[in-house]
Amino acid sequence: MPESNNISNQPEVFKNTLTELFENNYDQIMENSSGKIKSLRQKAFGIFKKNGFPGKKTENWRFTDLNHLFRNDFIIDFETKSQKVDISNIFTCDVYDLDTYCVTLINGWFAYNNSPLTKLKNGTIIGSLYKAMEIYPEIVEKYLGSIAKLNEPGFVPLNTAFMQDGLFIYVPDNVKVEKPVQVINIVDSQKPVFLQPRNLIITGKNSNLTLIHCDHTLTHNISFTNTVSEVIVDQNGYVDHYKVQNKGRNSSLITSLFFKQEKGSKLFNNAITLNGGFTRNQVDLLINGENCSANLNGLYLMDNNQHVDNQVFVDHKAFESLSNQLYKGILDDQASGVFSGKVLVRRDSQKSQAFQNNKNILLKDDAKVNTQPFLEIYADDVKCSHGATVGQLDPNAMFYLRSRGLSERTARQLLMYAFAGEVVNKISVEPLRENIIKLVEKRLKGELSICDQCILSCNSREPKFIQNIVD
Amino acid sequence: MQKDNNKIINKLAKSDYKYGFYTDIETDRAPKGLTEDTIRFIWEKKKEPDFMLDFRLKAFRHWQKMAEPTWAHVKYKPIDYQDITYYAAPHKKPQYENLDQVDPDLLETFNKLGIPLEEQKQLAGVAVDAVMDSVSVATTYKKSLAEKGIIFSSFSEALQDHPDLVEKYMATVVPYTDNFFAALNSAVFSDGSFVYIPKGVHCPMELSTYFRINAANTGQFERTLIVAEEGSYVSYLEGCTAPMRSENQLHAAIVEIIAHKNAEVKYSTVQNWYPGDKQGSGGVYNFVTKRGICKEKNAKISWTQVETGSAVTWKYPSLILKGDNTTGEFFSVAVTNNMQQADTGTKMIHLGKNSRSTIISKGISAGNSNNSYRGLVKMSGQATNSRNFSQCDSLLLGDKSGAHTFPYIDVANKSSIVEHEATTSKISEDQLFYSLQRGIDMENAIGLIVNGYAKDVLKKLPMEFAVEAQKLLSISLEGSVG
Repeated sequence: MPESNNISNQPEVFKNTLTELFENNYDQIMENSSGKIKSLRQKAFGIFKKNGFPGKKTENWRFTDLNHLFRNDFIIDFETKSQKVDISNIFTCDVYDLDTYCVTLINGWFAYNNSPLTKLKNGTIIGSLYKAMEIYPEIVEKYLGSIAKLNEPGFVPLNTAFMQDGLFIYVPDNVKVEKPVQVINIVDSQKPVFLQPRNLIITGKNSNLTLIHCDHTLTHNISFTNTVSEVIVDQNGYVDHYKVQNKGRNSSLITSLFFKQEKGSKLFNNAITLNGGFTRNQVDLLINGENCSANLNGLYLMDNNQHVDNQVFVDHKAFESLSNQLYKGILDDQASGVFSGKVLVRRDSQKSQAFQNNKNILLKDDAKVNTQPFLEIYADDVKCSHGATVGQLDPNAMFYLRSRGLSERTARQLLMYAFAGEVVNKISVEPLRENIIKLVEKRLKGELSICDQCILSCNSREPKFIQNIVD
Repeated sequence: MQKDNNKIINKLAKSDYKYGFYTDIETDRAPKGLTEDTIRFIWEKKKEPDFMLDFRLKAFRHWQKMAEPTWAHVKYKPIDYQDITYYAAPHKKPQYENLDQVDPDLLETFNKLGIPLEEQKQLAGVAVDAVMDSVSVATTYKKSLAEKGIIFSSFSEALQDHPDLVEKYMATVVPYTDNFFAALNSAVFSDGSFVYIPKGVHCPMELSTYFRINAANTGQFERTLIVAEEGSYVSYLEGCTAPMRSENQLHAAIVEIIAHKNAEVKYSTVQNWYPGDKQGSGGVYNFVTKRGICKEKNAKISWTQVETGSAVTWKYPSLILKGDNTTGEFFSVAVTNNMQQADTGTKMIHLGKNSRSTIISKGISAGNSNNSYRGLVKMSGQATNSRNFSQCDSLLLGDKSGAHTFPYIDVANKSSIVEHEATTSKISEDQLFYSLQRGIDMENAIGLIVNGYAKDVLKKLPMEFAVEAQKLLSISLEGSVG
């Protein structure tokens, strides 16, 4: 059966193309890497070359099929440099009234108004990772690749080998960054692009940072983004991290987000997936000091044949820390969702508390969900629990609302909205919460995805866009 | 009850493993190792029908192509499959009419185990099919069962007397291709039990089989097949204890249950194979494939298990709920202590409409042991309006123990409801304090709390078993209080 052989060979072919690309563009990729980063890349490349892509037999990838991705002729552009672009010409954010330091990545490259690397008065550095490798090699060397795990097959080693640009934030000790930093990650290309953005965020001791990460596509073309972010939260630090994903159905997004928390730090992470053809969000948290707290929340609203895969791994390496996961999803049409949450409480991580909750609503018979809330515990003085439910909208609640004169549509929306509310209401930045509530509302009414399905692509919510960035 | 517990704990505190003794009975052995010749030897020895040789050889050839799985959360020394004796039978197979004819040595063994056949026969109303070294040597109550048309015999006898029934049902739930250990069992299984309940018959007594591993170096490969015809009912018990040995013994059994329309099967087991000593040497490897199918509508199968023994346990009693309105249940208590490892749980595969399943699993880990729950709940697209509730709790005693939960939930239709909840915690300080200030010592207090914790499952066991299970829980946790 040659056909099935072809399909199973696909990842192999894709891998070989990528290895060739790496070898041919070696100098370009290594351009401003210091010696240490060069060897990190080489190590990652070696791992990628050996392990290739994960298949259906890889435990963490059992429910997520990658083969459709490998059938496209993606291009990787090593040439584009950080560029000067006025963001307001390209894109208006759905989250308005929000006073932020706004930065943009277009096709994985940093776009800027004045300078690729800004140093604020309080010492905070925000800008392009490409530039940071050049100007602050000592910081980049110390942290880049320090927590991203290379040993798993696939996308993290690939990104580490190929990374060129992305977001770099450095918050020194004892600094509270007043305004949230907003990163808009835009894919805008006429060709099927394969992007490898890499973000590095470091917050020092007693520092505060709120980071809003938005993923968008501007065109309906096929694209594949493989993002890796590393976020380091030092002692008594506080990081509030949001990820809002609203992408076209032809886009594929794999995000690997690595967090490391030191003693006494606090972390909030919210992943809101509104749309996206194929989305995988991996959150990997290492609790490295005692008295930490981490709240990891997620909301996914999927329809058509969209696929979302949330992978959460929390490693309790220190005692007296708390982690709390809450992931909720509504799946309509033929959409499929995966949740895999794993909590590891290591030996001697006494007095740890770890909670995990995953709730799903299926609206159609063709929708699917696979959930795996895992606990692996090696310490006895702990409190851990997990729960998972799959069901539908409560018929009693529906009846109640209908008996109060609400139409079926309104009643359904109200219930779905209430279901999503548990996650959304946890957002602590008020204007952001308000706006996300609006977005969720819009999404549940089906308004957000209409544009993506429409063949006219009139872009009512995407006013202007520039083309040919890659061309 | 408290008084009982006290007595039991005191009595057992003196002995390490009560059931560790060895009865010297001549056995008829196959040479060590596994080849097609071994399989022909077993087949010839047991004078089985021709289809069995074909089946065994197919399974063996398939097994040779398979690799031993490694995904379970357990570690053990690699097994040398060529260093195992695959067949050992008691020298002669006597046919007894009453207990007086039974080999006194054997009776003594049972007495040491605390299961006097006579007493059980009269008091408990239990028919005991005792499996000693793979070949069943004593079958009681057979006659009164026969009057109702119930077949309860050893697997070999069933192959002689009812080959058509065996051929019809064997390997329909667990095919030999299913997994590594199922393929191995299919190739070399020596004996086991066969139960057939005819249409509309309510089995008047609990059917029980006691298993023992006896001759040194003998892997025991049993195969149990239970068929419940339309509208019938049976409750089947299986319990096991193994003598103390220093080398590891492999136990790879298969249990298949088939429930037809409106039939109900209740399967209970207390597993207490030798767990190895405190340093973790010796002990039984228990790699078992158990699966039942609710084939037609309204069928019900229920698994209840109390797992206290074995060095390594790897088993997932599963159910395929194929018919509409079928019900599946799984109740489990798994205790691990010292260096024991258990990876156990269940699979509920919902295929029929309105099917229901309940999973209650209680894991207790003490000492240096690791206890994992691994379960799958799958609602297929056709299984509309199906329902599952799962609860799996873990209790940790001692800071070197580990408790893990790996549930998999796959739902592919909108009208099914699946709920899963699990907690992991240590024994409640408040409960302990309360017991201590009422004058109950630490060890007894823990025994009491653990028994209370496992009550949900223990109460599902038939009465005779419930008593034994409570004893076992307390014995298993001995010495775990630090």
